[in-house]
Amino acid sequence: MIEIEHLTKKYGDLVAISDLNFEVTRGKIWGLLGPNAAGKTTTMRILTGYLPATDGRAKVAGYDVFEKPNEVKKLIGYLPEVVPLYNEMTIESFLNFVAEIKQIPSDRRKESVNRVVKITGLESLRGRLIKNISRGFKQRVGLAQAMINDPQVLILDEPTIGLDPAQIIEIRKLIKSLRGDRTIILSTHILAEVTQICDGVVIINEGNLMASGSLEELTTSFKDKEGIFIKLKKGGEESSSLLKNISGVDRVTQKDDGFEIEWKKGKDFTDDITRFIVEKNLGLLEMRPLAMNIEDLYLKVISGGIEQ
Amino acid sequence: MSNTWTICKKEINTYFTSPIAYVVTAVFLILVGFFFYNLVSWFSSQAIRLSQNPYYFQYLNINQMVYSPLFNNISIILLLMIPILTMRLFSEEQKIKTDELLLTSPISVSQIILGKYLSALFMLIVMLVLSGILSIFCFTYGNPELAPILNGYLGLFLMGAAFIAAGIFFSSLTENQIVAAASTFGVLLLFWILNWAASSAGGAWKDILNYTAFFQHFDNMTQGILDTTDIVYYLSLSFLGLFLTHSVIQSRRWR
Repeated sequence: MIEIEHLTKKYGDLVAISDLNFEVTRGKIWGLLGPNAAGKTTTMRILTGYLPATDGRAKVAGYDVFEKPNEVKKLIGYLPEVVPLYNEMTIESFLNFVAEIKQIPSDRRKESVNRVVKITGLESLRGRLIKNISRGFKQRVGLAQAMINDPQVLILDEPTIGLDPAQIIEIRKLIKSLRGDRTIILSTHILAEVTQICDGVVIINEGNLMASGSLEELTTSFKDKEGIFIKLKKGGEESSSLLKNISGVDRVTQKDDGFEIEWKKGKDFTDDITRFIVEKNLGLLEMRPLAMNIEDLYLKVISGGIEQ
Repeated sequence: MSNTWTICKKEINTYFTSPIAYVVTAVFLILVGFFFYNLVSWFSSQAIRLSQNPYYFQYLNINQMVYSPLFNNISIILLLMIPILTMRLFSEEQKIKTDELLLTSPISVSQIILGKYLSALFMLIVMLVLSGILSIFCFTYGNPELAPILNGYLGLFLMGAAFIAAGIFFSSLTENQIVAAASTFGVLLLFWILNWAASSAGGAWKDILNYTAFFQHFDNMTQGILDTTDIVYYLSLSFLGLFLTHSVIQSRRWR
């Protein structure tokens, strides 16, 4: 649905993004991750046709963004980082205006406004002036305008920034519920958001693509070690030193009343460890594979610790 | 075309939901009314004075003595008021980042510019039509010629249209409305008095300066002379302003 090939954008001498490549398939939610000034907003602005790229190609639903900008603009919904709102308009008149400039035929405009107002829970506020509503509601109006043309592709630049925790949860739920067969790209620096909403991630840093893929793919491919977490009846230092003696085990760390045992990727030591625990009569209470979490992945990728 | 109309409609709404339209129109009408009152009272005092002398009395002409100076005065008021009307048209969009909404919608930059231009033209027409109501007094109690008056209004409209195009151009250059208004005013004033420099210049320069100055073209129209050169002059200035605005907005994206 979205294909980006060798995309480069320079502002004068400053390279905002360089040689970016990734692809997002239909019906998926992808997160664009990266520190501040990584090039997330620039990438989104190019995809929406707001900025032209210096080099490379970007395609949305088969249309080249540079060659057929109007076709692309009809297909997408975009929520920029700073929500574009006219303060002197009411929510309803603003959404009507957006419906008009998004070329929704006049007989379907009212229905479209009603639909997005309902989805975003703004029904009771339709007649209110935008300048008089709270930050959270403004964000919702932003989402409503992005969805007014029932877009196949939704591009959301930090959709939950500046919201209170309850609002963040609501907006996340809303984004998840929008998925259907839509393709959604959202940028964020909240890592938990990615694990909760996204199917895949693109991690960029200083304009360079650091990693991209589904969450499972990435966590498996970026793990250089494997391991398990176990909880024993007999915890403490004694068990810890015993476990370290198992051949092949690299590291044993005490964590949350249990132990994390790690070994080099490739061989599976789970059986050996189980046997050892039973033989030594340590009392196994719990055992699960160690999953690499998104924070570890992100930090590792951003610090350049792993080459893809 | 419908996109242009959408933008235009929205801008006209914005003019009237904020105090701008009311304040600018009110100030404009008060000033025009003041000048009109002074000119008419001066004219009637002259008429009373000369009524004893039939030879001079026949030379009293309301079009020459009231309308010509009135149009000149109105043009100066427009010079002050139009930068205020146009200053927010693009500056505001850049400041509150709504340009991102407009430029990622399937409408063209030309449609956006044209829509905004038409909305300001609408305001100009409202102001001129309202000021025209004053003429009811002249037509009730006197017999001025209509054609030169309409010609003068056409001149004001064309000049105002060129002012608006200049204002839109400066508004597209900055996100600060005050900067936009001040530079529009400065440039318009400079164009207004450009012919002052013509008197000391010689040869081709003299002709160029005279042709470029607003005043020369406008003076014809207040005298009741309709010359295509003047119309072409104002229309080309409007086109130039809008064209430059288009270039500014496009080039900002490529920077």
